Amino acid sequence: MSIATPTIGDHLDSRGTTSLDRRLFRRRRSVIPGFGITLGLTLTWLALIVLIPLGGLFLKTAELSPSEFWSIVTGTRALNAFKISFGLSLVAAIVNLFFGALVGWALVRYDFPGKRMVDALIDIPFALPTAVAGIALTTLFAENGWLGGLLAPLGIKVAFTPLGILIALIFIGLPFVVRTLQPVLEDLDSEIEEAAATLGANRWQTITRVIAPIVLPSLLTGFALAFARAVGEYGSVIFIAGNLPNVSEIAPLLIVIRLEEFKYADATAIAVVMLLASFIILFAINRLQRWSAARTGQA
Amino acid sequence: MAGAVAPLARRARASQSAGPRAIRSEPAVVRWLVIGVSLAFLGIFLVLPLVTVFVQAFSRGVMPYLDALTDPDAVAAIRLTLLVAAISVALNLAFGLVAAWSIAKFEFPGKSVLITLIDLPFSVSPVISGLVFVLLFGAQGFFGAWLQAHDIRIIFALPGIVLATLLVTFPFVARELIPLMQEQGTQEEEAAVSLGASGLQTFFRVTLPNVKWALLYGVLLCNARAMGEFGAVAVVSGHIRGETNTMPLHIEILYNEYQFMAAFAVASLLALLALVTLIAKVVLERFVEAER
Repeated sequence: MSIATPTIGDHLDSRGTTSLDRRLFRRRRSVIPGFGITLGLTLTWLALIVLIPLGGLFLKTAELSPSEFWSIVTGTRALNAFKISFGLSLVAAIVNLFFGALVGWALVRYDFPGKRMVDALIDIPFALPTAVAGIALTTLFAENGWLGGLLAPLGIKVAFTPLGILIALIFIGLPFVVRTLQPVLEDLDSEIEEAAATLGANRWQTITRVIAPIVLPSLLTGFALAFARAVGEYGSVIFIAGNLPNVSEIAPLLIVIRLEEFKYADATAIAVVMLLASFIILFAINRLQRWSAARTGQA
Repeated sequence: MAGAVAPLARRARASQSAGPRAIRSEPAVVRWLVIGVSLAFLGIFLVLPLVTVFVQAFSRGVMPYLDALTDPDAVAAIRLTLLVAAISVALNLAFGLVAAWSIAKFEFPGKSVLITLIDLPFSVSPVISGLVFVLLFGAQGFFGAWLQAHDIRIIFALPGIVLATLLVTFPFVARELIPLMQEQGTQEEEAAVSLGASGLQTFFRVTLPNVKWALLYGVLLCNARAMGEFGAVAVVSGHIRGETNTMPLHIEILYNEYQFMAAFAVASLLALLALVTLIAKVVLERFVEAER
């Protein structure tokens, strides 16, 4: 579809509806104008900026034979990069699941000084540019840094090791679990807990048997979002990672390296694997959100 | 960035809940343990990095800080960042309004698929968001030969940086507006139209005033991400100093040259932008809540 072609919404009939409107709404018509043109522009813009560029990635991959593709994505360096990216993202998402649940619970259920400010701070990883986060975390966790200096005597090296990657991935995934859990906890009907208590459940039983099942889908949604974000993360990781091939080299960095070597096919093949993985995660997140909505009774 | 996390409108609504009652709370020891562990976690992962940025930026005093910011390459990076952000925010603002109008005010098949596709850039690695444009417009790309023949530069130039930024920030405005406009329904617009208002009049006099705070928040988020984008821009920019270096790329170059103080000086500007965005979010949330 292109902007230049006359849009369907231009031809209004006597009842003020467009031909497309009529085709789509045999029963319910809308009196509000502009459906054809706004949907047309939306689809055009979406195609130009998102769909065609991403489609080009798959088209480029099609130039490779299946065996070439397979040998690129199962090469030692690529395979290790996938393991590092997906493995550490999983660990980071698990850490965020635990601490996110704790933080979300504290923010919704308890009162403490500075609560509103703490709540606002949660979004820092969304707002702070990744390169800034990257150099700040590296400085903080370097052997002469505030935290790295404390860990060094214990024999724990963080900066320029896989542990550093983990720290960066925890940082960028931190808000997701908190922000998906908060609204569900806030909307939780207090009568459910009171009923559980009246029926003789102790507090721990109420939390694990009554509250946990209700908030579980939202926790898993946050977990999946944090995982998805971590898998693709680049900016905050490359400064702290050390970027040693097969040890601390993440998959997005390997794409950049192959691109700088003008090995477009390699870069594209690795990117396609990453993109397919994000589609699968996105699908899972959609499912989880539906499940969450069904369980909490929201439309 | 924000991913599928509930947008402003939804969060504002959810934040009025009943206070804790004795039967719904835990022993004081447990409470303070949970609060303590939470604050320690947030302190280490959120507060310390932010403090580090400003401490390092001013580690040699105010004058060197200002010198680092007025360095010609830094000034060029700041100007390019502002230009790229202005273009991409304006385009995404227009798109967000148009998309939200068509999705929130009308019913049509495939709507949920369309919303998923608009959200898609959130789940794509920034590096891939840059790579796709190199594959299209780079020297070896689909249109590479044609562009070279006509002497048009997209990759390693401003258009490439704008395109990569556009893709990364694509969903921000739309996804703040869509849920709010869906919730507000179509009654006010229908009333306006039946009283004789034109489509544009209805939009500017009825719809826009209803969504102004959410729209402003979407623009702020979009702007923060546009100015701070690193991965996607790094792939398409070519790192030409004074020409195609945005602020995040300039930070990377300074840092890799061990000019730590200068790197943190430029970084402090972006950190400040992040703080302003967060404060604006809190304020705008209250406005949305008050108008409800």
